[in-house]
Amino acid sequence: MKNRSAYYMITPILIILTVFLFLPLLKVLFPSIFAEGYPFSAYVEFFSDGYYRGILYRTVRIAVVTTACCMVLGVPTAYFVSRCTKHWRGILLAVAIFPMMTNSVMRSFAWINILGTNGIINRLLLALGVIDEPVKLLYTEFAIVIGSVYLFLPLMIVTVAGVMENIGDDMMEAAESLGANRLTAFLRVIFPMSLPGIIVGSTLVFTGTLTAYTTPQLLGGNQQMVMATLIYQRAMSVGDWTGAAIISVIMIVITLVVIKCFNQIAARLDKRGA
Amino acid sequence: MRKGKVLTVFAVLVFAFLVAPLVIIAVTAFGGGNAIQFPIESFSLKWFAKVFTTKSFLESFRTSIIVALLATVLALAVGIPAAYALARSHIRGKGLLKSIFLSPTIVPGIVIGFVLYQFIVLSLDIPVFTGLLIGHFMVTLPYVIRVVGSSLDQFDFAIEEAAWSLGCPKGRAFFLTVLPNITSGISAAFMLAFINSFNNIPVSMFLTGPGVSTFPATLMNYIEYNYDPAVSAVSVLLMAATVIIMVVVDKTLGIASLAK
Repeated sequence: MKNRSAYYMITPILIILTVFLFLPLLKVLFPSIFAEGYPFSAYVEFFSDGYYRGILYRTVRIAVVTTACCMVLGVPTAYFVSRCTKHWRGILLAVAIFPMMTNSVMRSFAWINILGTNGIINRLLLALGVIDEPVKLLYTEFAIVIGSVYLFLPLMIVTVAGVMENIGDDMMEAAESLGANRLTAFLRVIFPMSLPGIIVGSTLVFTGTLTAYTTPQLLGGNQQMVMATLIYQRAMSVGDWTGAAIISVIMIVITLVVIKCFNQIAARLDKRGA
Repeated sequence: MRKGKVLTVFAVLVFAFLVAPLVIIAVTAFGGGNAIQFPIESFSLKWFAKVFTTKSFLESFRTSIIVALLATVLALAVGIPAAYALARSHIRGKGLLKSIFLSPTIVPGIVIGFVLYQFIVLSLDIPVFTGLLIGHFMVTLPYVIRVVGSSLDQFDFAIEEAAWSLGCPKGRAFFLTVLPNITSGISAAFMLAFINSFNNIPVSMFLTGPGVSTFPATLMNYIEYNYDPAVSAVSVLLMAATVIIMVVVDKTLGIASLAK
């Protein structure tokens, strides 16, 4: 293929991305750096505000906890799925993929029904006499974490199961015949071999939770703001475009750094494996 | 089978965690009361009737379908040639180009919506709908690049070269040899892009205006002001549609094609 025709083929996409993504990003976000005269002084101001720092910490904390939960719940489940017969594997994967195909409003709405003041958990605990009055579960950080785990766990299971499928049963058999029990064999053989998949899954879950809007908005509301909901609030309710731009830049930077770090870990593991 | 009892119980509990909330909403959709009940005390289909008579639901559903279709078709139109050029040519910086094409995934959806709203709608005075369409194009493009790209990577280009050497013009050779072999990749890309655009919220939050709202955005708005089973009924309908889509995909492309 001639280079010239290749350039023709990639030109439209490059023009669209430049005009409608890179240019708007630059035009809207760049001025925030010089918003207060000195470069980054608006950023310094942002970080010195305890309220905003709190939101930043909360967002990162939720992303870290959610990723950890997805790993703990997702990795063994993915292993289970990968060891099922082909028939069952198909069924279980379909069950995991199904929620991924539905929208996050619906999936968060389910948890409003479960966690709300009149929700299923509160009514159950009241009926059992464990509590005397409803406990506040909704509009807490806990609600956002559980909603986020619910949202991203399927992604972790599907991603990791895809990698584990390619690890043969003989690996476990070899480990067991050499005297390892099942748990040791899993931890020392299967887990390291599937680490690249786990890292990809974790990157997706972490960045997804960090930038999520719908779940924090519905399950955390205005009491538990995160960065994405803060952008919307700053821009639409307060008209503070600079503030929204600053938070946008911070979100993009954190996303890039996290992706870079996870890639680096994956690369190091690849080298060790080879 | 190398599965212990503990692992089996663990996996069953995890899947129960995934399925139970969906079952709960499905049940509440059929409640006869005015508020959400679980378990329901009487059976009724009135919330389904309400969904089909609520104008904002119907209108935004139409908007979402149109936006998702247009955005996906646009992404395929510019994405397939680009993916082909990446797979086939020897131009420099292909790795960089690919990351540029996938860059919309790095920018959070809410930020895409925010900058498009500021730049396109406010500065350039372009209608909100166009902005919405462009935003959703950014959602769909990475799926096209990734999925079509990976199916092109698996294609044996010796077939295309054979067509060339037999005198077939390049354009015709592409349509006769390459395209038929990547149709399943294109279909999978179409499904993924369409579904993800249809379900997307963050990109749309800033890009909705008078008369223009996407279905999930309307749903979200509705939840904030009304707490009734109408949303459960909507969810049941969406789940039914999802099941149909998944069965069709499973019969044609294989369910694994949605796990990308």
